[in-house]
Amino acid sequence: MQQTNEVNWQAIREDFPILREQIHGQPLIYFDSAATSQKPCAVLAALQHYYEHDNANVHRGLHGLSTRATEAYEAARAKVARYLNAANEDEITFTRGTTESINLVANTWGVKFLREGDVILLTEMEHHSNLVPWQLLAERTGARLRFVPVQEDGALALGALDSLLTPEVKIFAFTHISNSLGTINPVADLCSAARAVGAVSLVDAAQSAGHLPVDVQAMGCDFLALSGHKMCAPTGIGALYGRAELLEAMPPWHGGGEMILSVQFERSTFKKAPGKFEAGTPNIAGAVGLGAAIDYLEGIGRAAIFEHDTKLATYAHRRLEELPGVRVLGPRERGGLVAFVMEAAHPHDLTTYADQYGLALRGGHHCTQPLMRKLGLPGTTRASFYFYNTIEEIDRMMEILENAVRFFA
Amino acid sequence: MNSELEELYQQVILDHSRRPRNMGEIADGAVHVHGDNPSCGDEIHLHVKFGADGGIEDLKFTGQGCAISQASASMMTLKVKGKSRADAGAMLSAFHDLVTTEVSDPPKLLGDLRLLQGVRKFPQRVKCAMLAWRALEQAMEAGDKEEHVSTESA
Repeated sequence: MQQTNEVNWQAIREDFPILREQIHGQPLIYFDSAATSQKPCAVLAALQHYYEHDNANVHRGLHGLSTRATEAYEAARAKVARYLNAANEDEITFTRGTTESINLVANTWGVKFLREGDVILLTEMEHHSNLVPWQLLAERTGARLRFVPVQEDGALALGALDSLLTPEVKIFAFTHISNSLGTINPVADLCSAARAVGAVSLVDAAQSAGHLPVDVQAMGCDFLALSGHKMCAPTGIGALYGRAELLEAMPPWHGGGEMILSVQFERSTFKKAPGKFEAGTPNIAGAVGLGAAIDYLEGIGRAAIFEHDTKLATYAHRRLEELPGVRVLGPRERGGLVAFVMEAAHPHDLTTYADQYGLALRGGHHCTQPLMRKLGLPGTTRASFYFYNTIEEIDRMMEILENAVRFFA
Repeated sequence: MNSELEELYQQVILDHSRRPRNMGEIADGAVHVHGDNPSCGDEIHLHVKFGADGGIEDLKFTGQGCAISQASASMMTLKVKGKSRADAGAMLSAFHDLVTTEVSDPPKLLGDLRLLQGVRKFPQRVKCAMLAWRALEQAMEAGDKEEHVSTESA
């Protein structure tokens, strides 16, 4: 672990101009970073610089500017590879985000290797993006879905794994950090359990990649999906990590330019990964922005970010429990978010109320409808934190929520 | 206190949301419509019994959702019970205008429902206010079948 006590968190807020915005005449308190994070000046400057100095299409121009664009794009790939400790930068495919990364695996690896009677193992806490692609794949291949239950305390029922991870399981896909409970899953253990029965593992790192150190080799995963926009990068860029051997065996997904070696009228041959998965002109500026976001996050240090986020979440958890009629979901050890239900107010009334005081919360099912149904909840209210948030903002949230209890009760 | 919140959540509205009127089901001879708002999970089961003249003889609802959706449903049932289809249809359209446009002098036929005018300043909450009304509209069009209505088009 690196030294984590030297970061000046207050100064870091200056890197995010949007934090000076007012909403309904009140200073913005942005507690919705699990939906999308804010962007630091360094990332905005990288986008501006790219378009002002390096913009051209990649991989095919023979002119100098195209070389610069290609170098910027490939440098970003190398940064993602280093950030995740991938063995090789060819194991990183740029996508639009976590959703597209998971769909890529389902539509290439899944379509090629799944057969009727095979099992896709998921968990009950998956975001719709790590559920619906597998439902579509199951329909297409005749494979079946199976789910690791979520316990009352918000943790996965790991005791059930032995009976669920049977030899029919071909892939086990699970989230690293639950976006609706905050649960941090023991991903290395889950990957090794999958490997033990010959199943492939896929980690949804949407909520973790920007929040704590993620090392794909230490984790032992086969695939890992992430979204740039949840880790300070622009929207519309993300990545899929895939172990080289698996990527090699996978067919292409989208066809088009960029992904081919040679095209004849009747058939084509394709580039090696990741090229064969990147048809068309990619989101070059987005990749450059993701690279800049990685530099920025590494400048602070992910261990320090994790420590800061969990400190905020733990504090918010404790303070929320002091409120009458409030129940906090999920375990005490958690990622940087807290979801709760309040007897006095429905999540939508509460978020409308909070918004009038400049407090951005998220209310609803958080794209985990089956989990909400299982918990018997119409939805929850969620406060999600990032390193630019402060304890003082949580204290202000509590004042607003205390007033809301009085208002609605 | 924030004046837009005061306007949105008036005491009458909060009272209806805490203690909705006409909660329940009608066992016999009623049209049953299930309405939901998939984007937020609000839902309503509306039972409407039409009289021999085609008017709304009785209606009850069950469901769950935010204060706005529950209050709107509760106040709607009080208002349209005993009304002809034409009158109920006119109220539906007047109510929709009330929560979506700037109406300086809301029609008196809406009665207490005029208190929901504050919704127009919260565009993302219009669906909440309209859920019960969409279900009623569906019930009036349905005749005697079970129906499902959603605030999102399929």
